[in-house]
Amino acid sequence: MDALQIFFLVLSAIMVFAASQVVTTNNLVHSALWLIVTFFGMAIVFVLLEAGFFAAVQVVVYIGAIAILIIFAIMLTRRVMTDNTPQTNRLWPLAAVVAIALFFGITTTLSLVPFGVSNTPVPADELARMGVALTDPNQFAVPFMLTGVLLLAAMIGAITVARDDQA
Amino acid sequence: MDFFQDPVGFIAKLLTDLLLGFGLPAELTGLILTTLGVFVVATFGLTLPLALIWWERRVVARMQDRVGPNRVGPEGLLQTVADAIKLLIKEDITPIGADKVVYNIAPILAVISVLMMWAVIPFAVNIYGTDLNVGALYIISVGSLGTLAIMLGGWASNNKYALLGAFRTVAQLVCYEVPLILSLIVPVMLAGTMSMQGIVAAQSNYWFIVAAPIAALIFFITSVAETGRAPFDLLEAESEIVAGFHIEYSGMKFGMFFVAEFLHAFTVGALTATLFLGGWSGPGAEQYPILGVIYFMLKSALGYFVVVWMRATLPRIRIDHMLDLNWKFLVPLAMSAVVLTAIVAKLVEPWAVANPWIVALALFIANVAALFGALSIVSQMARGMRRAEQAQAAPAVDHHHADAHDHAPAAAH
Repeated sequence: MDALQIFFLVLSAIMVFAASQVVTTNNLVHSALWLIVTFFGMAIVFVLLEAGFFAAVQVVVYIGAIAILIIFAIMLTRRVMTDNTPQTNRLWPLAAVVAIALFFGITTTLSLVPFGVSNTPVPADELARMGVALTDPNQFAVPFMLTGVLLLAAMIGAITVARDDQA
Repeated sequence: MDFFQDPVGFIAKLLTDLLLGFGLPAELTGLILTTLGVFVVATFGLTLPLALIWWERRVVARMQDRVGPNRVGPEGLLQTVADAIKLLIKEDITPIGADKVVYNIAPILAVISVLMMWAVIPFAVNIYGTDLNVGALYIISVGSLGTLAIMLGGWASNNKYALLGAFRTVAQLVCYEVPLILSLIVPVMLAGTMSMQGIVAAQSNYWFIVAAPIAALIFFITSVAETGRAPFDLLEAESEIVAGFHIEYSGMKFGMFFVAEFLHAFTVGALTATLFLGGWSGPGAEQYPILGVIYFMLKSALGYFVVVWMRATLPRIRIDHMLDLNWKFLVPLAMSAVVLTAIVAKLVEPWAVANPWIVALALFIANVAALFGALSIVSQMARGMRRAEQAQAAPAVDHHHADAHDHAPAAAH
């Protein structure tokens, strides 16, 4: 086992711990903070995979936007400092069964899929290649544009829902 | 290699030879040198505010016809040191009901987020922390941690004013990130790379402030808004919410927010210099890296001076004006600047290789035209709004003389 593997194992342990804290902490803001720790760990995993672009995007999108949005929503909607609502309702055994089944389903499916592992170094122009691939009609131009349209539709939908009709 | 021409490269070579001479493996030597480099950059960043605070106070004092700090040390140079010692020996108070862990993490996170930006800022041709190929995106991503720090500090203090400051943070910092990122796209497009060294190298023919004045202006304005200083200091607006997000902080924890703010203001200057003013480049900077450091620091200081100048000159912007300025002016303008740059740069591409100045000239003309167009649209709309306001206000003053003071501000014009 080399240093990189040990580092990865420690990182994974931290991430799993943080992820479990997200769902077990009583205080909602604390669980949002643990979520940020998990996201940051994910960014480090991307760095270990030599995917710097995804690491930066992970931090921008998930910590800079989504986590801040979650914290802001909590601050606006709850009595912010004293929040001790029960964490479970009477359906929790059912939810646990579904979650465990889903976990095993995903892990078995993933273990069946052969992942292409290669030791060739990441090409220096990997960013440029990705940009070309996203705009090349023969590669990912159509899914890329579809995603854009989907996001636009979601944005318009959000504005319509949030609009005050009285105004 | 001479020490005076390239001090960092000289010391690095000296240390490498020394450590290799001790029989250490090459990998470990590299690791030790990298760690040392991190310490040097971080120490530079953390001690810089000592000088910046003194300079800023003197400059603001001069603008307000005062002297400023001049008692401790020559010309008051040691005033900040004395202030720092005072902050260190002050009682450290944690308010009752505060969220202790989050309350203590927030100031550290604020400093970390600014300090991390310096990892990718190049000082000279061979003096830089690291040259990421996603440098520009990295700047944005660590910058968003600062927003988080201010929000957490405001929330964890268990104070209504602090919480109001945190709310304003989200309204301001998150909104101004949108035109900030958009304006950052323009130099990235012109350079064809997101690496900071690549962007500096791409400005060998002309500085990007010539080819992209709109983007430079928007980047500067939104960056100042991101630091949360006057005229964008709504997060701590003293006359409205006492001190905003850092109201409960005392001693060095308050000092850390302060250090983060001053260093961030200088970082705005450094980033503007790197992205739009050619960074470390200048005559002789490639042969003698020390010259590059001098050019870079001068350009950064220029940017920082403008930030201080704005702070000393402009009053605090009203919160609705702050949001209007962002969403109704800066965001559309930044978007059009991106589209405009892409189209014009593509149109003049055939002549770009023979004479790169043609690209700069075409982009400059297009930018100035777009800026004048945008400003004339805004002024026309403002005139229409003012006319409508007057039409509404005039009868109100006539009929209700008794409560005329309600309408006085509108009727005054």
